[in-house]
This record gives sequence, C-alpha cells and structure tokens, in this order.
Amino acid sequence: MGLEGLLEKHHRTIVNKWFDSVVRTYPADTARFLKKQKDPFANPVGRTTFNGVEGMYDQLRGEMDDEAIVSFLDPIIRIRAVQGFTPSKAAGFVFSLKSIIRETIGGQLREKEDLEGLMALEARIDRLGLLAVDIFMGCREKIYQLKANEIRNRVFSAFHRAGLVADTPEDGPETNKTIE
Amino acid sequence: MNVKYMFSLVAVLLLILLAYAGAEAAGMKTFFGIFIPYLAVAVFLIGFIWKVVGWARSPVPFRIPTTCGQQKSLPWMKYSYTDCPYTKTGVVLRMILEVTLFRSLFRNIKFEQHGDRLVYRWEKWLWVAALLFHYAFLVTVIRHLRFFAEPTPFFVQWLEGLDGFMQIGLPGLFLSGVVLAAAAIYLLLRRMLMSEMRYISLPSDYFPLFLIIAIAVSGIMMRYFTKVDVVAVKELTLGLVTFGPTIPEGVGGLFYVHMFLVSVLLIYFPFSKLMHLGGVFMSPTRNLPNNSRAVRHVNPWNYPVKVHTYEEYEDEFREKMIEAGLPVEKGA
Amino acid sequence: MSDLPKPEESLSNLDHEPPQTGWLDTPIDIRKGMYCYAANPKSQKYVGFPHAREWNPVEDDWKLPENWQEILHQGFKERLDRFRSVKIFMDTCVRCGACADKCHFFIGTGDPKNMPVLRAELLRSVYRNDFTLLGKILGKLNGARPMTENVLKEWWYYLFQCSECRRCSVFCPYGIDTAEITIFGRELLNLLGLNIDWIATPVANCYRTGNHLGIQPHAFKDMLDFFVDDIEEFVGVRVEPQYNKKGADILFITPSGDVFADPGTYTAMGYMLLFHYLKERYGFDITWSTYASEGGNFGFFTSHETMKRLNSKMYAEAKRLGVKWILGGECGHMWRVIHQYMDTMNGPTDFMETPVNPITGTVFENAKSTKMVHIMEFLADLIKHDKLELNPKRNDHLKVTFHDSCNPARGMGLLDEPRYVINNVCNNFYEMPANTIREQTFCCGSGSGLNAGEDMELRLMGSLPRANAVKYVHEKYGVNMLSCVCAIDRAALPAMTEYWTPEVDVTGVCELVANALVIPGEHDRPTDLRGEDLPGWEEPEREEKDAE
Repeated sequence: MGLEGLLEKHHRTIVNKWFDSVVRTYPADTARFLKKQKDPFANPVGRTTFNGVEGMYDQLRGEMDDEAIVSFLDPIIRIRAVQGFTPSKAAGFVFSLKSIIRETIGGQLREKEDLEGLMALEARIDRLGLLAVDIFMGCREKIYQLKANEIRNRVFSAFHRAGLVADTPEDGPETNKTIE
Repeated sequence: MNVKYMFSLVAVLLLILLAYAGAEAAGMKTFFGIFIPYLAVAVFLIGFIWKVVGWARSPVPFRIPTTCGQQKSLPWMKYSYTDCPYTKTGVVLRMILEVTLFRSLFRNIKFEQHGDRLVYRWEKWLWVAALLFHYAFLVTVIRHLRFFAEPTPFFVQWLEGLDGFMQIGLPGLFLSGVVLAAAAIYLLLRRMLMSEMRYISLPSDYFPLFLIIAIAVSGIMMRYFTKVDVVAVKELTLGLVTFGPTIPEGVGGLFYVHMFLVSVLLIYFPFSKLMHLGGVFMSPTRNLPNNSRAVRHVNPWNYPVKVHTYEEYEDEFREKMIEAGLPVEKGA
Repeated sequence: MSDLPKPEESLSNLDHEPPQTGWLDTPIDIRKGMYCYAANPKSQKYVGFPHAREWNPVEDDWKLPENWQEILHQGFKERLDRFRSVKIFMDTCVRCGACADKCHFFIGTGDPKNMPVLRAELLRSVYRNDFTLLGKILGKLNGARPMTENVLKEWWYYLFQCSECRRCSVFCPYGIDTAEITIFGRELLNLLGLNIDWIATPVANCYRTGNHLGIQPHAFKDMLDFFVDDIEEFVGVRVEPQYNKKGADILFITPSGDVFADPGTYTAMGYMLLFHYLKERYGFDITWSTYASEGGNFGFFTSHETMKRLNSKMYAEAKRLGVKWILGGECGHMWRVIHQYMDTMNGPTDFMETPVNPITGTVFENAKSTKMVHIMEFLADLIKHDKLELNPKRNDHLKVTFHDSCNPARGMGLLDEPRYVINNVCNNFYEMPANTIREQTFCCGSGSGLNAGEDMELRLMGSLPRANAVKYVHEKYGVNMLSCVCAIDRAALPAMTEYWTPEVDVTGVCELVANALVIPGEHDRPTDLRGEDLPGWEEPEREEKDAE
C-alpha cells in the first residue's frame, strides 16, 4: 500500500493520536474531560481541538490550502494563546504529527516515492507549525491590545481628560477605622 | 494503587474481621448483638438531631433561591411553578421533585454535533444510578422492618411481594438487595475509574460505599447462601426493640458482621457527608420561594451600617451641583 | 524507524504532564493574566476596610497581620453562625461530580481547581480541620488541612476566578451554590485586606460619589447632556432628562457603566429616548439621581456589610425625593442585590407605594414590598398593552441573539421578559443552544468584579463557552448582534467578541427598543443611536444629492 493509502487507512488512529498529544498538554484530570465530553458547547476546548486536528489532517494529505487549513488551526491556537502556554508549547503539537505518522505507518513505506511523499508531507507540517506561531503571535498581540484598551477606556476616558474625575483623597472620612 | 480508597477498603475489611472474630472466636455476642446496636442507634439519633439543630440554629439571612425557570412577574407571562416557585405549594413541589426524583441531576443535557446537525441527549447514568441506589436502599430498609415488628406490618409484606416479583430461587430473590449492591458498585467504580472523580474523591467518599457494599453482600449471603436462621434473628431484633434483649442460639458470625457494619454506618452517619439526607431539605437555594420582592424577608441579625448620606454628599459637592444646575437642599 | 523518539518524547522539553499530586498537596502557582492587581490601600482606607496595605500577589510575602490565622478562624466561626447556607454547604457535599464540568472557568482554563466542587473544597478542607470531629481525628484522610499561607493564596487565587454566576448550583442535587461560598470566602479574605483593586476602588468611588468611576455630580450630568446632543443629532428631538427632582413619580437607577463606556452609553441613550417618548405621549414623570447614580453594587463582591452600605443610597434617595417607586435599568448583579437582598437589608419601605405602571395601570404585585421594577418587566407590560409605537424593521439589518445574564437568570428568573421585548422590536431573533441559555446560561467570564484589564487571559478563557455558542449561531444563522441586559456584559463582552467572534457586536436591549421606537417629531433617522447608517433608511434627500 502506498503512502496515500496508508494515510487514509490509518486516518482514525493518526487523528486520535494527534488529538491525544494535544490533550496531554493539559492536567491529567482535565485531559480525560477534554477527550470524553463530546458536547461542543460543554467542552469547546476539546471539540474545537478535535475538529481542528481532523480538518488539518485532511488538508495536509492533499494540496494544503493555507486559508482552509488556517480555519482549522486558528481556533486551536486562539484557545491555547490565552491558556498560559509558551509559544513553543502552544504550537508544538503541530510537529508531533510527524513522529505520529512515522510511528504509525513509517515501517510500511517501501517505495522511494512514498518516502519522498512523506518528506513532502513533513515539509507541509513544518509550514503549518510556522503558521501556528504566526497565529499565536497575532493572538497575543490582540490580547495585549485588549488589555491596553481596557485601561484606556477606564483611565483616559473623556471625563478624565476634562478633569472631571475625583481621585480618592488620602484621608477619607473613615481612615483607620475597622469594620467589624 | 490509590491510598484514598485503599484506606477505606482496609478499614471496612478490618471492621468485618473484628465483628466476625469478636462474635465467633471471642464469644462477644452480647457485645456485638446488644451493646453495639444500642450504641449505634443512640449515636445516630442524637447525632442526627444535633446536626440538624446545629444547622437550624444558624439563620437564613437572605432569601436566595437558585431560580431555574421563568419568574412570576406579569400576570400574562407564564412562570415556572416548580423550578422558580413563587408560592409555598410551589416550593413544596420543588422539594418533592428534588428529594424523590433528584430533579437537579436530571437537568444534564448534552449536545453532540453530527455534521451540521445538533443532537442532544440526556446525560443520565449518574441520575439513574443515584436514583436506583437510594430507592433500593429505602426498600431494603423498609423490608427490614419485618425484623422489628410482630406481626409483620401489611405494607412490609406488600413491598416484599413487589420486591420479590421475579420469584427466582428459594428463598425468593429480592431485587432491592441486588440493585443496591450493583448501584453502589457502579458509584464506586465511577469514583475509582473516572480520573476527575478520582481527583475530587476523599477517603470519606469511598468508605461509606465500601461499607454499604459489604452490608449488602453480607445480607445477600445470609439470605441466599448460608441461610441464616431467620426465626432466631427475629428473636434477637425483636428483643432489641422491646428492650428485652436476648442472644438466641444458632445465629452465625455472618449475622454479627452484618449487624456490626450497619451499626458502624449509623454511627458514622451524623459525622459525615451522609448527612445530605437532612441537608437536602434545608438548602436555602432550594427550599425558599422566589418572591423576595413581594414579601419582605427578615434577617434576624441585620444591623445598622455606616452609610454615606445625601447630606454628606451634598456638602462635598454643593458648589459644583449648583453650578451644573442640579437642585440642592441647602444654599443656592 | 524504531529508534525514532515517541511523539511526546520528541517534544518532551515542550510538553509535559503536570505532577500528579492530589489537590490537597499541589502548590499554588499564581500566573500572570489570571489574577487582578491587589487593592489600592487608599481605596480600602476610605471605606474603612481592615489591614489596608501595599502588597503584591506574586511576591512571597503578603504582609499579613501577625494573627491572621486567628482572624480567619474567628471570621469563619462567626459566619457559620450567621449563614445557614454556608454551614449546610460545608457539610452536605457528596462530591458526586455533577457540577464538575459546569463552570465556564473550568471549561476554559482546564484547571481542575476551577471545578466548583474543588473550589468549595478549598474552604471545606479548612472547615473540616477547624470545626469537625472527623476532620480533627483523621486529618488529611478526611480531606482536612490546616490553614497555611499556601492554602490562603490558593483561596485568594481561585475565589477570584469565580464569577458568582450560580450555574453549578442549578445542577447540584443539594443546591450547593458556589457563589455563596465565594461570597463567604471573599468576605473572609477581606478581613485580611486581601481584595483586588478593580473591586475595592469602585467600592470607594461608589461610596463617595455614587458611581464606580468617581464621577462627580456635575460631570455625571454633563455626560448625560452629551447624550442629549447626540440624540438630537440622530433622532431630531431634544430630550429633557430630569435630575434629583423632588416629587417625581418614579426614580430611575441604572448602573453607571451605562453612562461612560460604550456600548452601554447607547443603552443609556435608549433609556432617555424611551422616557422622552413616554413623557410626550403619556406625561410620564421620572427622574435620574446623581446621588444614587450607581445601580451596580461592587460591595456585593466584598462583603454583605459593604453591599448594604452601598445599596442604602437607593432607598434613601427614593425617600428624599418622595417618589412612588423605583425603576431599575439593565444590570446583572445589581438585580440580584435588588431582588434577593435590598428589602431585607435596607427595607421596609413604607414611604413608597406598590408599583403601578401609570400608563397601563398594571400593578406590579411581584414587587409590592421591594417597590422596584425591572425595566424589562416595565417594557413588556407597555408592549403588551400596545403603548409603544414600534417599527421593528429599523432593526432588520441585525440578526440578534440574547445572552441571559447570570444574575437575572439564576437569581431572579428574568428570562421571558427580555425575549418578549426583543421579539417585538426585532424581526430576526435566534436562540443559542439550549444548554447555554436561560437558567443554564454561560457567564460572560467577567462577572463579580473580574472585568479588569490585567486578567484578560482569565476573562477570555472564562468567556470561551459563551463565545463558542455565539459563534455557532453566527455561523449557522448569520447572527451579528449579541444582546444582553447587564452592564458588566456590555463592558466585558466586546472584548470577548473582538477576540473570539469579531463579526458579532454587543448591545443592550433598550438600545434595540429605542432604535425601533417611533418618536413623535423625529426626523428621517437615517442612522441608529450609534450614528451608524441604517441600511435602507438613508435620507432620500441625501441620495438625491449623491446622485447629483
């Protein structure tokens, strides 16, 4: 069986392993919930991740369309960008696909053209990984922008510019009085 | 190996051994057959009342029902009579649904996405297992009244008929005991095997489950396998309730194990989470009507607080208020 | 290929499973983006909070008072004697796990300590140690542990990762309400001066000026006057709001957030336009107050006492002005406080009358004691009696969904009134999936004083379940407007939609109402209240001019 056939045949195994590798970046007790809960509304992290890796896998096997694959990658990275992952941790799961594929079907590849196909696939995975880093940075920038806006909205509002906001004085009417 | 459930398992095994050895080998039948049961019932009753009174002594300062449906507001707007009760009757119905049908556990619905379509199903296993467990427990307890009343009350006989309707084996198989053991084992496995359940579980969650499983299994063994001398057992139990305790011949060690474990359960009860039996009736988020805007709720410890009065406010800002054309009380 | 590293090993320096310790022993890790800054001591002193000081959550030394354990123990004990709720919630939890996956913060962060049951266990573990027999005998085996600095930090970190939304309470077979536990826990933390600035400073501001930004009375009026100008431009009529008017029929109180931050400002303009309409048509007499200019009550996120101190202004002002009853604007926790606490704390209110809608004659029996009516109840009544001339076509460019705010949904039961109103002012309304609305609604992720800037990651994670449902209706029906009846929602959801669903905007319901309301004497109104062109409502003259 050639590369494409094997990738098709082991579709489920590879996608599940890939999904597992993402889920394992969460605490063990959470990982189980992320895997088991199938309700997309009760478990947006798990379901977004699963749908995303499945969609990306399909894209990677064919001609990778950047726009299409980003539509699967973006929601996953968008979530990981707020969850406290470092860029390498947030995007690193993309690269685990390479070893998952090798581990699953590598031993069955005999023909030279299949090995070349595998290398081409891995090059696409590398590109996907770099896209993930780009998206991650975009998300982080958006988050900092949101943070900055919150402060601006609150502090540099029209009132403040007009000097209309009363700053709390040092000595209030109840300084040093404790409430029982 | 998990220390949390191993501890509980070992504790229950030791209790079994203790009772068996005590009654059979050490001949402490009076101790296990008379003293411990009396102690257990006393601790249970006093402990239960002490706990409930303890709760009742703390007031409910605010009326804080969790509203789980549409409120009663405009006369033409249909409101949720039991999920968001406005009347006492509504609250009673809500409590009945909660206590007898576990209404809140029943709420879980889950969606699944099948392509473009959303399918929702009802997440029922916890609810089913919990319901089976509690009802089997209740039926088992009522069935056991046979041992504490002579003649056996009619409703106990009636219930036994229902419970043994399958008419398997001799003596006839009671469904409740089997269901009780099975449901308890399910709840136990759920705790042991589901990682987030294992994460939140404490030894005090495993202990009562092991205990109840052991009680159910020992009961089943006595009835169906070792065929305990029921007449002798009843002599003992009737002796206990009529305050003329005797230790009859022919009651084996297994019975003392069974009775001892039940006693331990009774003693453990008031000091543990098993008190949810009492707590469920007293939860302020469930047992109060959602009518707090219509009927004033009184807080017994409501005390005056320091406030920022309008006068203080106007004193601070009067000039600016006048300048802005805002009405003021003084000056102008 | 056998010597290839395993998938995880190849990234072992990147991904790893966290240590598998039990929750009682996992040390606290206070992460950036997940917590709010410590309270400014100036603000705490102003309202007389104890132990006000400079401290930093990420530093080891929190500069606790020497006898802090004693203070906490004593505070715990006193409150157990005051609140049956907490006493029962400490004893009855069986850890069945029904609540575990119901919390938006757990769903979004994946942090097991955000499971409601564990959040409560953080307090329960100390309760068992200090107050129960089995806990004292069995210690850790019974899930008990003494209060240490690490436990205290854990309390602080996770009690400020709960938005008191009560969703878990809906599913709990004993009605255990994590909001109640969080309120209780924060009250204890407050005894040690451990508050956050986005709560403490608004509290001090509300106390002094009546609104959470510290806007002084004349500036508050200036701001509303600014809206008057805007309304004149966009609608063509000059509204005349009344302030602090003695003898008015009704006092209007809404959260001050609607007065200074978009898109709440459009909701405020909506109120003004609505009151103008009712005045023109029916002689409706309502006044704003600069003294009680904050409906929201950040005291609720501090302690029961602070809540009462801030809330007192409402009845005090109603009494001073001599109004018949109070109308309340769109707000979440403000309504929880009004509905479940106000009358008990600061009532009874014999100086007012049972609220009657002067236009329809409807008696609001459900508010006969508290004497405060929700603007959605009021609007639904007006619409039902056909007292509003509405043209829902003016909202035809919108596909609207409705986010039930936690407090009105689960602390009041206000579910169908806003839906009735929306359906009468919009032609395109779509519900989100059933387990994300009504009593099962997901929080905006920023409630209970967590809508600061520094904890943006926490807020975004908390809002993920809500955003995910919004995304679903956006993709399925093309929904482009998320409506709500809460000022914190209006302040917090725009950040959520900007990050998760940039195509969807946020609005208050009264903004939708005002856009659909046909005002006597209005001009062609080619724009909505935001000054944005309404597709299909362009001025004919302008089109002609453009054609030239």
